[in-house]
Amino acid sequence: MVVNREGPILVEGPVEVVGDDGTTTRSDRFVVAICTCRRSRAYPWCDTSHRRRKPAESHPDDGRQPEESEEEPRP
Amino acid sequence: MTTQATTPRDSPAAPPALPPARGPLSENVLAALAGSGSRLPAADAVRRSDPYGDDLQLLLYVLYELHYRGFAGVDERLEWDPALLGVRAAAEDVFLDALRREAGPGGKNVAEAVVDLQLEPVGDDGRSVSHHLRREGELWQLREYAAVRSLYHLKEADPHLWVVPRLRGRAKAGMVAVEFDEFGAGRAENVHAQLFADLMADLGLDARYGRYLDAAPAQALAVVNMMSLFGLHRRLRGALVGHFATVEITSSPGSRRLAEALRRLGAGPAAQRFYDEHVEADAVHEQVVRHEVIGGLLEDEPGLAADVVLGIEATGHLEDLLADHLLGAWRVGRSALRTPLTP
Repeated sequence: MVVNREGPILVEGPVEVVGDDGTTTRSDRFVVAICTCRRSRAYPWCDTSHRRRKPAESHPDDGRQPEESEEEPRP
Repeated sequence: MTTQATTPRDSPAAPPALPPARGPLSENVLAALAGSGSRLPAADAVRRSDPYGDDLQLLLYVLYELHYRGFAGVDERLEWDPALLGVRAAAEDVFLDALRREAGPGGKNVAEAVVDLQLEPVGDDGRSVSHHLRREGELWQLREYAAVRSLYHLKEADPHLWVVPRLRGRAKAGMVAVEFDEFGAGRAENVHAQLFADLMADLGLDARYGRYLDAAPAQALAVVNMMSLFGLHRRLRGALVGHFATVEITSSPGSRRLAEALRRLGAGPAAQRFYDEHVEADAVHEQVVRHEVIGGLLEDEPGLAADVVLGIEATGHLEDLLADHLLGAWRVGRSALRTPLTP
């Protein structure tokens, strides 16, 4: 198992994760990335939502305003 | 006489038909492949051609395709024909020179280039196809996107396999582990290229290999030609690894946006599954590629660092050119394909 401060926990698969509500989720992948930031929409698996974000640059000849963040607030 | 085995034409294993030419250089090469001409382009004519233009990119594409699935009616021995390989080498020089000139390392080191790949824009910067499709894409644009991407996704992970004999230790083990996953981890129905064929069927597209080659713009050919170029040359193994890392690191968030676009537009379950699988799989793959493949390669061969950055930057550069082409056409309501799809 590999624990990394800024990313998911990497565990050799296959893996079964038991959630707070007792449900079991299984992955047969050779390595499984388990979300630790709790922002993943594919929880308990990592979907890279932990990544740092940079402000969008507007396109030079586009004239549109950058859209708002696609991230929804987390509970 | 051709040495081609007899495969029924409607079999999924059947090789595609040769595409029509896009200029004098590709015309000569296509005639040579079809066995109807023997005049090959002169090296100086190749050197003068537009590195990203239709003619040169199609010439490279059809010559590279001989190493994948070939074409119907083309002698399989032409894969290693010295004269054709000479034409290909001249065209590769033009293409690679342009990539080095326009997407060279530019002073970045590998760590900086990899960190930049992981920064997600907060919103749409107006240059991202997946942001556009997620937010306001229409079904016909999504279908065009799938047709264009089918050039790669129907041979997904194939060009990257060529690097394996050139690696050792951690880099080799990591690369093969990720590729095993790409090829379905031992299950034919989970091969990523098959998942993409299922997606195409869901969108009412023809999932036969090579079907949309003629429709694809030069910018789409260039993306696939870059992979073949990096994959086929041992001297470019660092660039292949940098390119592969870029694909794996940027795929997960991009796939999530495309899965959302498919859901919003009511595509079928197979279409969504392709991108959902990539969200989860590539979140794992990027970790393995960064730590094991890049880390292992540079531990063995630190001199390849500049080539790893070249692979990262060249991928970003060609993807930007493709995105500009697609979005430029779609924003004025025009097809981005050379021949529009039938509904």
